[in-house]
Amino acid sequence: MLQVGLTHFLIVSTALFSLGIYGVVTRKNAVMVLMGIELMLNSANINFIAFARYGNFGNGGQLVALFVIVLAAAEAAIALAIVLNIYKTFTNVNVDEIDNLKE
Amino acid sequence: MDFISLFASLKFIKPEITISITLLLVVIFDIIFNENKKIVWLITLFGVFIALIFTSLNLLVEGYAFSPVDGSHNFGLLTLDSFGSFFKVIVLVSTLLILYFSNNSNEIINTGKRQGEYYALMLGMLLGMLFMTSASDLIMVYLSMELLSLSSYVLAGFLKLRDRDSEASLKYLLYGAVSSAFMLFGISLIYGLTGTTNLYLINLYLQAPQINYIPFALASIMIFAGIGFKISSAPFHFWTPDVYEGAPVAITAFLSVASKAAGFALFIRLLKTGFVLRSNEQGMWILSDIFDWHSLLIFVSILTMTLGNFSALWQNNLKRMLAYSSIAHAGYMLLGVAVLSSQGVVAVLIYFFFYMLMNIGAFFVVSIIADKYNSEDIHGYDSLGYKNPWLAAAFSIFLISLTGLPPTAGFIGKLYIFIALVDSNMIAVAVIALLNTVVSLYYYIRVMKHMYLVKPAENTETFSTSPSNLVYLILLSASVLLLGIYFSPVVNLAKQCVGILGL
Repeated sequence: MLQVGLTHFLIVSTALFSLGIYGVVTRKNAVMVLMGIELMLNSANINFIAFARYGNFGNGGQLVALFVIVLAAAEAAIALAIVLNIYKTFTNVNVDEIDNLKE
Repeated sequence: MDFISLFASLKFIKPEITISITLLLVVIFDIIFNENKKIVWLITLFGVFIALIFTSLNLLVEGYAFSPVDGSHNFGLLTLDSFGSFFKVIVLVSTLLILYFSNNSNEIINTGKRQGEYYALMLGMLLGMLFMTSASDLIMVYLSMELLSLSSYVLAGFLKLRDRDSEASLKYLLYGAVSSAFMLFGISLIYGLTGTTNLYLINLYLQAPQINYIPFALASIMIFAGIGFKISSAPFHFWTPDVYEGAPVAITAFLSVASKAAGFALFIRLLKTGFVLRSNEQGMWILSDIFDWHSLLIFVSILTMTLGNFSALWQNNLKRMLAYSSIAHAGYMLLGVAVLSSQGVVAVLIYFFFYMLMNIGAFFVVSIIADKYNSEDIHGYDSLGYKNPWLAAAFSIFLISLTGLPPTAGFIGKLYIFIALVDSNMIAVAVIALLNTVVSLYYYIRVMKHMYLVKPAENTETFSTSPSNLVYLILLSASVLLLGIYFSPVVNLAKQCVGILGL
């Protein structure tokens, strides 16, 4: 029987973080980029909770994760509002096509 | 539960409480007075003024707020000291200046009923900045930075019908969210390594000899990514020109001064309380050898100022040019931090005080011209010296001061940075910074060339500035000139306010 330890959690969180970066860098659709950012935030959450549980650091890490969940929700709300506004003005949400501000 | 220590902490955050109450009042009065937004503006002005009074009265108060109730240690989520208070004063004064600015900028006035939201969001930004200047726990650092960021994403795209505004806010959001996610991951690694998020306890942990170097250095770089984004240092500066060009001028000025000040306050505190083990006899900080902040900072600051100055050379849009110039200024100030001594921090404080006056002044002139000609192109400034001599004279003073020539305040700011560099034997770096200043002279003087040396056309009409705007401009330009000659009050204040509460 495999014992699940801190290393396993860290591998999962690092994989999630890398996938998040990959999504941010390669995706053109702004909503997909935002999903990548969401993955990055949640990978940090996994880190916090795993460290708090296996390092015997008390409840601090889990509290931090709660704060981050709330912030991620607020950020998603604002981000989607901005993306909606972009859709109204540009009629698409592809980040590489929104480049009026360039010299 | 022990509420007594909680109540004892409240006396340390009077300015923040004032701003929170003002924010609620603004939201309520925005709903009650649907037509006239003047009252909302007045409430905001009043609230910020009260907060400024609270901060100036408690300038030298020191203490830890919101320590754990179980008494495991005394260090709290917030640290109150004169260093943080100085930056609070800078943030609050620049907010007052920007409030007048917003109320006289057509971009904001034309939004009509939405002005209530504008001031509410601005207060949200202000609240985040005030917490940033005193945050001494990595969680507080992250939360206050997000509080600032979330409001500023919306404000950057406040004129949502203009397409470059929407674009600016999208770019700001994407860059900002990614860099804050990096920062959060870095914080989680540091939490895993040290078992705490409090900067003082992290410092205590670093005093011990056995540490795992590589993850710690990685986490430090990730946290620097989050802060580097806020102070727009290279290589995290790509958002700056686009956002500064797209956002309303008042918000551009606010971001370039107040948000940068809060970022610098946060960064210096993080470095001083988290990584500095002790100071030696000359007052130089001895850093923990776990991560070489010194080399990183010198490299980043030289890169920042060079990129900023050279990119500014061929900009025809004044807002974009000032954006690159503000990147270059972030580079100069980062050099002050790279000295890693109290002397360097004093230089940064002095520089920020002067930078606030001259940068807001320059953006105000840009805003007046943009209101008149509906563009920020450099040709809008052709023969301004003939069309409106007062405006041109004020703008020239701001530009000369941004270059750093005597007898303006900008010269004194740069002088103190260079003195700090030379005193710590970083002469080669000082020479590079000096050469950068020479480069910056070209693009500032180019605007003056357009203002004075372009012959006015036959039928050019003169125009005048409204008396209150003129008073505002004279106030700013006169203080820039006066503080260039009589600068000892600011220097003394900065020397008094350098006390960062450390271990």
